[in-house]
Amino acid sequence: MQIENIKNWLKINLFSSWYYSLISIIIIYYFLLIFPKFLDWAVFNATFIGNEKSDCKSSGACWVFIKVWFNKLIYGFYPEKDLWRINLSFFILIFTISLSFFIKDKFKIYILFFLILIFPIIAFVLIKGGFGLEYIETREWGGLSLTFILTFFGIIFAFPLGILLALGRRSELFFIRYFSLLFIEFWRGIPLITVIFAAAIMFPIFLPQGLNVDKLLRVAVGIAIFESAYIAEVVRGGLQSLPKGQYEAAKSLGMGYWKMNFLVILPQAIKAVIPGITNTFIALFKDTPLIILVGLLELLGMVNLAKSNSYWLGLAVEGYLFVGIIFWFFSFILSRYSQNLEKKFSSERY
Amino acid sequence: MKKIRINSFAVLAFVVTFIFTTFNANANQTRENVIKRGSLNCGVSQGVPGFSNADASGKWTGLDVDFCRALAAAVLGDPNKVKYTPLSAKDRFEVLKAGDIDVLARNTTWTLARDGGLAVEFIGVNFYDGQGFLVRKAANINSAKKLNNVKVCLETGTTTELNLRDYFNANKLKYEQIGFTKADDAVAAYDAGRCEVYTTDKSGIAANRTKTKNPADHIILPETISKEPLGPVVRGNDENWVNIARWTLNVMIEAEEYNVTKKNIDSLKSTTDPVIKRLLGLEGDLGKNLNLDNNWSYNIVKLVGNYGESYEANVGTKTPVNLPRALNASWRKGGILYAPPVR
Amino acid sequence: MFSSNFKNNLKKNLEFFNLLPQLVLIFILIFLIYSFIINTEINLKSRNLNFGFDFLNTNTGFDVQFSLISYDGSSSFLRVYFVGLLNTLLVAIFGIFFATILGFVIGVSRLSSNWIINKLSLVYVEIFRNVPLILQILFFYFVVIRSFPNPEKSFIILNFFIANLQGIYIPKFLFVNFSSILFALLISLIGIIILKRYANKIFYDKGKIIPVIKISLFFTSVILILFSLIGQVSFTIEFPKIVKNFGIINYVGGVKLVPEFIALLFSLSLYTSAFIAENVRAGILSINKGQKEASRSLGLNDSQTLKLIIIPQALRVIIPPTTNQYLNLTKNSSLATTIGYPDLAAVFAGTALSQTGKAIEIIFIVMMTYLTISLLISFILNLYNKKIAIIER
Repeated sequence: MQIENIKNWLKINLFSSWYYSLISIIIIYYFLLIFPKFLDWAVFNATFIGNEKSDCKSSGACWVFIKVWFNKLIYGFYPEKDLWRINLSFFILIFTISLSFFIKDKFKIYILFFLILIFPIIAFVLIKGGFGLEYIETREWGGLSLTFILTFFGIIFAFPLGILLALGRRSELFFIRYFSLLFIEFWRGIPLITVIFAAAIMFPIFLPQGLNVDKLLRVAVGIAIFESAYIAEVVRGGLQSLPKGQYEAAKSLGMGYWKMNFLVILPQAIKAVIPGITNTFIALFKDTPLIILVGLLELLGMVNLAKSNSYWLGLAVEGYLFVGIIFWFFSFILSRYSQNLEKKFSSERY
Repeated sequence: MKKIRINSFAVLAFVVTFIFTTFNANANQTRENVIKRGSLNCGVSQGVPGFSNADASGKWTGLDVDFCRALAAAVLGDPNKVKYTPLSAKDRFEVLKAGDIDVLARNTTWTLARDGGLAVEFIGVNFYDGQGFLVRKAANINSAKKLNNVKVCLETGTTTELNLRDYFNANKLKYEQIGFTKADDAVAAYDAGRCEVYTTDKSGIAANRTKTKNPADHIILPETISKEPLGPVVRGNDENWVNIARWTLNVMIEAEEYNVTKKNIDSLKSTTDPVIKRLLGLEGDLGKNLNLDNNWSYNIVKLVGNYGESYEANVGTKTPVNLPRALNASWRKGGILYAPPVR
Repeated sequence: MFSSNFKNNLKKNLEFFNLLPQLVLIFILIFLIYSFIINTEINLKSRNLNFGFDFLNTNTGFDVQFSLISYDGSSSFLRVYFVGLLNTLLVAIFGIFFATILGFVIGVSRLSSNWIINKLSLVYVEIFRNVPLILQILFFYFVVIRSFPNPEKSFIILNFFIANLQGIYIPKFLFVNFSSILFALLISLIGIIILKRYANKIFYDKGKIIPVIKISLFFTSVILILFSLIGQVSFTIEFPKIVKNFGIINYVGGVKLVPEFIALLFSLSLYTSAFIAENVRAGILSINKGQKEASRSLGLNDSQTLKLIIIPQALRVIIPPTTNQYLNLTKNSSLATTIGYPDLAAVFAGTALSQTGKAIEIIFIVMMTYLTISLLISFILNLYNKKIAIIER
């Protein structure tokens, strides 16, 4: 019976016609050819133990490289004795987010409030310093933690700005509408690289002499504004999808512009476009490595630095694979999560 | 309605703060800023062994790094209070001008266009260099004049590519330029076989040769196609800071000339030689000219060392970089290092 | 009386509160622009710099790896701008071409009934769209292409295809009287358009189907042969040749694709195709099953169903997001600067900027260029979009 089932499955799914059979066989052949070799390289012949490149066997991957540089890849040049400050910040973040899965819906708004308004301040003080903590210059930040910091900063900055721009673009006020339109189209029309170059190289010329805005901050704001234009377009899609009746109903209840938008329109509009918003956040996350072009070293930048260290040459594959897996993991999880949300919301939409 | 009013007040408050910050700026106080900050921000290369290079624990070493350390020793009394920013050749000047770093010590060539046009000030030369070529031994080439129809890997945004074109055009040789934004990428490309030639300053070639898989497979061609006096750079609009940086370098050079070293400096305290006395801050009031206290020069030599010590430890013949002193010896020993008198 | 008074009051209120936020916005903008200009002036003065585009006419003094127009170091900065721009367009056009083909293939494979093809394309999509493009470019360039053989041990297929670390070489066709071929193509294009119109008309009026593709293929080949004979078209093939110079081996002649271009084109196409594949899948899925059944019951066969029912409807869903992907690809091509492909961002916003120090001018020019390209592409595709939307009845 069991065998019969398998046979059936194979027939329907792999060998339904002669050309499908041919393709299936070719693919299986190459898979069997390549995959074991890859496993050999990545696991069975790989070196995990040791502290130097000379400990590695040439036939397999040298994961020692990742191990030795691990702290640098995660924390950049952040002082070793202060690493707890970054860890604590991320612990708070993860703790609050996981908390939100266990508590009642009506308290979730407080968590959101905490994450958007209070947590950034706590994290900033912890990581940057102040209130008795030693100041750590942003040039010492780096690695994966910088990737996350930039992504988080981008989200909490780009999201509200994007919403305002979306509202502005649909506003009845002539000047505000066209300003929003131009603003959005401008940022969407240029590559992020030029934004980063401009933030790092050109923007200081616009500032008064002696006023130095930190380079990381300049670049982070540049990225956030850039992404906010994309958020605006996504939110606008949500706004357009709402039936007119929602606006009319809100107005007939005597609500003003802001009240109407924030209590009635936006919650529905945003719910409708959560996948789009998540995709924009994933794009933001994947865009952060671009800052290596102006000498800021997040995860990919640190790997680039490590792989060209004279003692660790020729380990680009291991390094890139490590970075790729990390980025892939987070992007994949996020996109799956948004798909689930989409399914959940699509069933409960008005 | 009420809400709108509050919002516009918020906007007004923002504008007022902005105006306030806009016109409440103070420039040209690098020394004060460094002291207030408690650390020196130093722009270095993204990794040139012997000049500025970080290891896995994040510790920076090299000749350029030693200059930054000396500067920190002079201003802050502690050579370890330096924060390093690795920079590509492309954005180094912009970052300096933007105020993100206090000094740029990144094997940078002193040229008229840069000194005059970029609003930065070269404070001296800490390495006399010239551009050269690295080729494979197997290619069996012994002169740059035979480099026809070659692909040349280099780092863009430097004087290197300008010299290269001049040289090949003058010798009527054909070449193809493969430019990268990072020196490491250019070396790696050369090493992989993307190019037959790698070019940069000879010091850089010697340093970067250690980054090839098998350094012994490559040779440096004898030709030196340009003058490359490499030196630290600061912003030009801060005279006090320019002087501090300039005389930090001069102290290192003069200390070597008078054989004042890290080791013997304390035993020299009883010396009668006025030059050494001035170097040690025992005579005169030289620090005051720079708005520093009088043991600034003592700190430089004691905590970092003189130029020769730094050279031998980082790029000398006993290191993997293996560069003989040649031009970079003191003028008394056949080189051209000649510091104006520290007095 | 009372109500009109109330209305007037309301109107005034509305006007005031409509005006206020706009005025505030205008005020902030003017203030920002004003202070930027003032600060820029002060900063440039203190740095001994002056604002202006005169530098565009001066010599660059540096070389560029490859260029579609003649260029050397004695050319002007304006020319190096065009070199970069053309290189950007080159990689963007080819990238869009390959990404579209690949995207459609993968997108259709995602719906294949064959389990392996289905899952393989799923894995493809999930891998390529969830890994940062910059990492993919670096990987292709520094790992994949670096594993190509040295020039001495080039991978060669009969002189037609030579691959090594320094690039891929293919033969070059050198035509004599090439213009008559262009002319022939132009004529057949016009012919095909007329035929298509006519076929559409016949189709809607009388329900007859004219095999447009077969006829136009025949028509084109006849015209091509005719014109080649009349115009005395001939061609020669230039094969890449090996040249030894001391210990250095070079291939000359033929068409040379540099590794930087290959790596960039490859990764841009793969990355974008993953997104296009998802659009294609969504487009096909968006079509109701009933449509297929209805067309069957009307007596249309499989290929007619696909051509007349499914594809036109699916395209309406597919094209708008795919347009965005084309725009993204074009903008993403600026990542060329990480591997040294001389595109606009690398050669102009990179090398030219650091040689001149003209940050404001150059970044402004580059931004405006990309903006123009983006707006142009979206304008053209919007037109096409509208055309497709009209077919809807």
